[in-house]
Amino acid sequence: MYKISTDHLTELFSSISHDRALYMPIEKNGQVQFDRWMEDKKVRLDALNTVKSPKDLFFPQSENIVAFKIKGKNISIIENRDESEPFVVFGVRACDAASFDILDMVFLQDPVDTYYKARRDNGIVVTLACSEPEETCFCSVFGIDATNPSGDIATWIVDDMLYWESLTEKGERFTETIKDLFESADFLDEEALKSHKEDVEKIIEKLPLHDLSLDGFNSEAMDEKFNSPKWEELSEACIGCGTCTFICPTCQCYDIRDYDTGQGIQRFRCWDSCMYSDFTRMAHGNPRTSQVERFRQRFMHKLIYFPTNNDGVYSCVGCGRCVAKCPVSMNIVKVIKAMGVDENV
Amino acid sequence: MQRIFGLIKDRVGALLADGTVDRVIGWEKGEFLYDHTPAIFNAEDDLVDLVYDGFCASNLSKYLIDESKKDGKILALLKPCDTYNFNQLIKEHRINRDNVYVLGIECRGMLDIDKIRALGIKGIEKVEEQGDELYIQTIYGDKTCKRNEVLLEKCINCKGKEHVAYDELVTSGEDIPQVESNRFEDVEKLEAMTSDERFAFWRGELSKCIRCNACRNVCPICSCVECVFDNKDSVVASKANTDEFEENLFHIIRAFHVAGRCTDCGECSRVCPQGIPLHLLNRKIIKDINEFYGEYQAGQDTNSLGPLTDFTKEDVEPSIITEKGGEK
Amino acid sequence: MCNCNHSADEALIPGLGVVTDIRVDTPDVKTFRVNALDGGVCFEHMPGQCAMLSIPGIGEAMFSITSSPTNTKYMEFSIKKCGCLTEWLHQIEVGQQITIRGPYGNAFPVDTEFKGKDLLFIAGGIGLAPLRSVINYVRHNREDYGHVDIVYGSRSKDDLVAYDEIIDEWCNEDDVDVYLTIDREEEGWDGHVGFVPDYVKELKFDTNKTAIVCGPPIMIKFTLAGLEELGFDKTQVYTTMELKMKCGIGKCGRCNIGSKYVCKDGPVFRCDELDELPDEY
Repeated sequence: MYKISTDHLTELFSSISHDRALYMPIEKNGQVQFDRWMEDKKVRLDALNTVKSPKDLFFPQSENIVAFKIKGKNISIIENRDESEPFVVFGVRACDAASFDILDMVFLQDPVDTYYKARRDNGIVVTLACSEPEETCFCSVFGIDATNPSGDIATWIVDDMLYWESLTEKGERFTETIKDLFESADFLDEEALKSHKEDVEKIIEKLPLHDLSLDGFNSEAMDEKFNSPKWEELSEACIGCGTCTFICPTCQCYDIRDYDTGQGIQRFRCWDSCMYSDFTRMAHGNPRTSQVERFRQRFMHKLIYFPTNNDGVYSCVGCGRCVAKCPVSMNIVKVIKAMGVDENV
Repeated sequence: MQRIFGLIKDRVGALLADGTVDRVIGWEKGEFLYDHTPAIFNAEDDLVDLVYDGFCASNLSKYLIDESKKDGKILALLKPCDTYNFNQLIKEHRINRDNVYVLGIECRGMLDIDKIRALGIKGIEKVEEQGDELYIQTIYGDKTCKRNEVLLEKCINCKGKEHVAYDELVTSGEDIPQVESNRFEDVEKLEAMTSDERFAFWRGELSKCIRCNACRNVCPICSCVECVFDNKDSVVASKANTDEFEENLFHIIRAFHVAGRCTDCGECSRVCPQGIPLHLLNRKIIKDINEFYGEYQAGQDTNSLGPLTDFTKEDVEPSIITEKGGEK
Repeated sequence: MCNCNHSADEALIPGLGVVTDIRVDTPDVKTFRVNALDGGVCFEHMPGQCAMLSIPGIGEAMFSITSSPTNTKYMEFSIKKCGCLTEWLHQIEVGQQITIRGPYGNAFPVDTEFKGKDLLFIAGGIGLAPLRSVINYVRHNREDYGHVDIVYGSRSKDDLVAYDEIIDEWCNEDDVDVYLTIDREEEGWDGHVGFVPDYVKELKFDTNKTAIVCGPPIMIKFTLAGLEELGFDKTQVYTTMELKMKCGIGKCGRCNIGSKYVCKDGPVFRCDELDELPDEY
């Protein structure tokens, strides 16, 4: 393990950004987002959740797929995907790092999504352990350890020291290129870090959502949950916007659309939301005509369908963004509590 | 707030019990006491979950578009500012007035959890209001702050404590201090900018937009059955920005569509996950309307002609646009 | 998965095809013959599989491949005019290029479960499109299958898709019985009149068959009920589904029902499998 004084972080960032793009939580117009680091940017490593998750570094909100030129009856296909360059994303929290594994289960499954894969291959994920979790956090419910995040490299900030540990070969190789900036951590550092983690663990155990139970959310319960009368009540306040979907680190549904650029047709894909009324609308009808059905789909997908297909892994990492941002404060926590076995559904 | 809540709950219970109303739309207690959700209560027994405190900012009037079309009568808990939207929706024939019983409720101004967080208060588990003081219980110890430091933007610029529509009022009889404000202050600052500065300001703000549609969907004036931005035959339907100016157009077009109808309820800014001060677009238009056509408050009544749907010989000439919009 | 002739190893990037023939089947159905630019089929497929067709700038949508894989000269798509893209397709001319990617989804188990069985095909309207691929595959490999019954109905005689092929070829084939029906009496029609589900019940098929059903949702619903009444078990009945699709490869999330993606796990389902899905299609 290496260490670097937090006073020298600018040097570290500047060195990293020398030959590749560096992204991290940056405050702009009052909001913290993963944005490209530059020396004059306002770095906010203390911010727990960025508004949007860092998923759009791998799965951007909108990206070009392919273009077409049309001449009379003839079509030509022009490959013009947005090129992916090597980059580092720094300051990813444990929950968001876990979300990349969930996105991998979708995009890296055969047939591999080559747009996503290129960015995954090019990106080095440097995580940052949490020191002050919020009341909206519930990553521990999904077996995520906020004090030991995954990623290619994990970091911890204890007082004015940042500790740096490579977790993968990719992380190792990258660390090698900048190791001159670090000092080696010694026994005392290890002790300090250990005791810091223990302190944070104690806070995590006290978090109000720490005991949230997922009992009963499994494939056997599919019919029972799907047909529960509670969806009606839970969804009645939903305004059908896409906030939860767009800020969610694991939501990955997308739309493919064509756009007439004047010089040709650009086919692009963009994030979509199952909360939107046109999500399943076809020329001849729509299987989900009401907000109840659309609302149900989102949570059934995260809590039942996805785990059924992926060895029990839920499509939620407990980041708490939806808990904090839903315009009507209806969120996955309230759904889990209302639909769980305790409430004898 | 405790006292007024008790009065409201008693009254709601009584109106349900005597059959005056069949259902109630109010707010249901949240997980953390600051995240209440609009909810419909069908029976007296359900009222255990009813709540009314400083975190009931949601304007419930828009839900009445659908709710008033159902059988039976629904009681709506409306704060003074919410009643402006209720009136506007009545004026636009969106609400079936006969099916709604408006219980006008007293409001001391609603609180902004993000402002509390911005004070550096983390891990909020409970917020208690005692007069002008807030006692906040957090994972990291107890904190306090002043109530009026953390009011929602829309409440800092409160339209007043009077309901413009109601069937019955519930008041505590306590004195509610009226906040002094000039709601056009920020608009004036924008007007004082050069057009380049103003352009940069809006680009900075609007480029944060993630096209989640929360502003549009929560807006009680955006009540089209199908929005032009959702209609794929409209050519402008889009879920993502096909060019970098598109989100600006979305918000500008929306502001113009609600012009003369927007009551300045501030819900758009309240729900924006990116904290874009969308209300300033609407307020600029309101200010211009006031200056061009005389003071006008949308939703003040249910029958007056709106300034943009009425023609008088005194109306300003189109040339005013170049005068007002020119380089400063 | 996708072996069409496009240049990139990316499923979302289509290849090109050219429309070499357009047949008007009914007032609102046309059958498009599509070839790869250098002739032949754009890619190989199995009966029941689909392809994403698109006219750039208009839209991209999933269509079942109507032609049998045994036809190596060209592919066919019978397309009903009902939306933006299909309206556009209905006004193109021979020689028009389109984009095509696929094949997508699973196929009818023609080489496994169907082998050696008596087959009962039941189709309504444009629902014949996916079944025609299976029927012609079976006809081509006639010795592998038992007796074939085909019940096909539409609103009127003019609305019967592939009418000429049915009359000239299917009706003249040994060991194939064709039962046509139209919804209402009309002049010049001396065949059966009535809805498909009722006709199936009237025909009282013995249950020693595998049934393959496709048509409008309401017709499928009543036909399945009718087959059950006749004593068919759900494991003997297959159908094919249609939902909105954008990617075709089980990622975009449109066609998700329960834990299944219709584009990838379907579109062909055995009816007992359908029972395990939430009722949302």
